[in-house]
Amino acid sequence: MTGDDTKHLPLEDLHVAAGARFGAFAGWSMPLTYPAGVMKEHLHTREHAGLFDISHMKLFEISGSGAEALLNRACPFDAGALEISQSKYTFFLNEAAGIIDDLIVTRLGRQRFMVVANAGNAEADEKHLRQLALDFDAKGEFDAKVDALDRVFLAIQGPEAWAALSRAGIENGSLLFMHGFEPRENWFMSRSGYTGEDGFEIGLPEAEARNLVAKLLEDERVMWVGLAARDSLRLEAGLCLHGLDITPEIDPASAGLMWAIPKEVRASGAFIGADALRAILERGPAQKRVGLKPEGRQPVRAGAALFDADGNAAGHVTSGGFGPSAGHPVAMGYVQASLAKPGTKLFADVRGTKIPVDTNPLPFTPHRYRKG
Amino acid sequence: MAKTYFTEDHEWLRVEGGIATIGITDYAQEQLGDLVFVDLPEPGKKLAKGDTAVVVESVKAASDVYAPVDGEITEANTALSSDPSLVNSAATSDGWLWKMKLANESQLEGLLDEAAYKAHIG
Repeated sequence: MTGDDTKHLPLEDLHVAAGARFGAFAGWSMPLTYPAGVMKEHLHTREHAGLFDISHMKLFEISGSGAEALLNRACPFDAGALEISQSKYTFFLNEAAGIIDDLIVTRLGRQRFMVVANAGNAEADEKHLRQLALDFDAKGEFDAKVDALDRVFLAIQGPEAWAALSRAGIENGSLLFMHGFEPRENWFMSRSGYTGEDGFEIGLPEAEARNLVAKLLEDERVMWVGLAARDSLRLEAGLCLHGLDITPEIDPASAGLMWAIPKEVRASGAFIGADALRAILERGPAQKRVGLKPEGRQPVRAGAALFDADGNAAGHVTSGGFGPSAGHPVAMGYVQASLAKPGTKLFADVRGTKIPVDTNPLPFTPHRYRKG
Repeated sequence: MAKTYFTEDHEWLRVEGGIATIGITDYAQEQLGDLVFVDLPEPGKKLAKGDTAVVVESVKAASDVYAPVDGEITEANTALSSDPSLVNSAATSDGWLWKMKLANESQLEGLLDEAAYKAHIG
């Protein structure tokens, strides 16, 4: 994609200088790999610290007396239960309980929240939020303001991320997994990520981002990691990519993401899609998301059809590739609920050949979050 | 005396005694990135120019490698089954993909020599 609409990262020149190979993702020209290559970048993140430019993702600040109520309407969660600096993984759902986007919401203050949303959905999310805010204003009961922030967004992930940030002079104190705060004016930093490793995500103004990147890259524990390794890392960690593993046609129950929806919210929440989700829970999801471990070394990729041992259609693969840390191909997909038990033998059609795959618990690589 | 040809699809052929050894160029392996699997053909398979001969798979994607000429596969590089990264580390030597008996040697005339290939990739 080389059309005029392609968006470019504010730090693109740094990636060019680092020798990145670029590719299109969600309307952005993104660094896919650096000269080290996807394999080394992936393994380096698991062993040391990987630095990712994720400025394609969008930060929204929601504020006002109606901020809590707005989020409780938009997301199947309880914004009021969030303590200041606590983050929660949640979704925007449509009326059919399909997942419009998955996001992380952090409470910044009594009436202020930060929402981190996916690149490909940022515009739709913003429209969705603004419309909800208008509806609230129209009722005259609440006031809720939605601000799309202009920030460079970096992730530093891996067991040495904390130490590298400290060395670079970033105070991360006692921040624990799934917590976030504003360490400086116009900064937002959370202990979270998309790799299964301990790590941080930092939104900050461009000039300060350039300084931070320079300091971090002086540290031999830190290297740039591209989108290709970001994908293999999150796949091993069993984390969903919106657009593939979760979509507006898939509900949180089928996706195995009900852990993100508190019981009382399931029972009585007034979020968009609540009735549809309750109906799905009542009858049980027809399909379930599962991990898939192909036998042998041949990767099984998104779109491959799955069959049971008798050759009946069983589901399909939504993400797949090779797991450098797992040392074997890894995939995830949807299968009929009756086939979702780990260890079920299935077959994936790859170019006409049936590759044996086992349903496998997720994640493939254990999470190493810093929870306390 | 072996002679080496190239294609615009970034393959190389080393031809000796009517048998071509075929692989992808160093430029191609760099573009693909780390390979994790090579789907090799069975000896005896007959291919026409443009047919998919081999599929090379990187961490991220699968890519077809086409037969640059007509012929019959005589051997596949089975060393790649256990170590597909040979294609990255030695694309033009130990990382060869397959050998084929040429059906029509005159097709070689349409291929590139090394200088023309270098001009092609710039």
